[in-house]
Amino acid sequence: MIDWIKNYWRILWRPSKHFSLAFLTVGGFIAGIVFWGGFNTGLELTNTEKFCISCHEMRDNVYQELRGTIHFNNRSGVRATCPDCHVPHEWTDKIARKMQASKEVWGKIFGTINTREKFENKRRELAEHEWKRLKSNDSLECRNCHNFDYMDFTKQGQRAVNQHSTALASGEKTCIDCHKGIAHELPDMAGVEGW
Amino acid sequence: MRQLIAFAIIALCALSALAEENIATLRGHAPLTQEGEPPQIAKPMKDDVKKHRNYPMQPPVIPHNIQGYQVDLKVNKCLSCHARKRAEDAQAPMISVTHYMDRDGNFLADVSPRRYFCNQCHVSQTDARPLVENQFKDIDQILQDSGK
Repeated sequence: MIDWIKNYWRILWRPSKHFSLAFLTVGGFIAGIVFWGGFNTGLELTNTEKFCISCHEMRDNVYQELRGTIHFNNRSGVRATCPDCHVPHEWTDKIARKMQASKEVWGKIFGTINTREKFENKRRELAEHEWKRLKSNDSLECRNCHNFDYMDFTKQGQRAVNQHSTALASGEKTCIDCHKGIAHELPDMAGVEGW
Repeated sequence: MRQLIAFAIIALCALSALAEENIATLRGHAPLTQEGEPPQIAKPMKDDVKKHRNYPMQPPVIPHNIQGYQVDLKVNKCLSCHARKRAEDAQAPMISVTHYMDRDGNFLADVSPRRYFCNQCHVSQTDARPLVENQFKDIDQILQDSGK
């Protein structure tokens, strides 16, 4: 076995006998483009709402809850899709999140939330993951669209101004601290700070 | 006698038919075979200004938008600001102590279950024009008017 591996190792490191250097470099370059393009296309394919709700777990629970909210349905018709809030837009963060999300494939295969009851039992845990993520990245996904620098306090309600100009402006609080349950139903909030 | 009853029935039918034309139904005056013009959807009032009561013992109305507020077995969005333990942080009016009593007047640690569903009594307001004018006067107004 070890001899067999050594043999292949030697082949890999020996100069090519049949292929020219140009063929190998240009071929490698083209193969790289094809591979990278394919990888990125595949990645972006999993980064669409259509992909998310192709599973009934997402389509019948969280997607239905989103539909009634301001992030789905509003006067101007601008809307957020699943990955807008649940996947970071920066490439490195996105890859890290995608690797993390491979656990969801496991969950899908073994049906951890494949019934309404199982989903409801897990709702608090799943919600806590998202709160923790948004808390630790200072609500990055919210801020992709809602930029604090361009918020016009004069167009906000009095209560909103009070909170945004103090707690949010000082960085003491981040979006998710107050705006939990903005796009989906809340779980049992017993013991959650501020509830 | 029999004639009289028959006459009375006919008269009643005729009267009710007459009256029917003056009854305003929710569908307005649109014929049954046609769709009526729906009224404009009224905008919620959200100026945060507390309103005067419209009748004696009226539960205070809500001066802000409550669209999408979740109030169910799991969570009560209203209480996340108006519960007594949350009122300081949220600077919201705290709910009255009566809401922490059971029906026998014993105090409870948390909101009484019979008071849990806020919207059973407290409602938000819209800018819709009232269909009838409210002529309610509170007791102070009555005392003042009577010159005492």
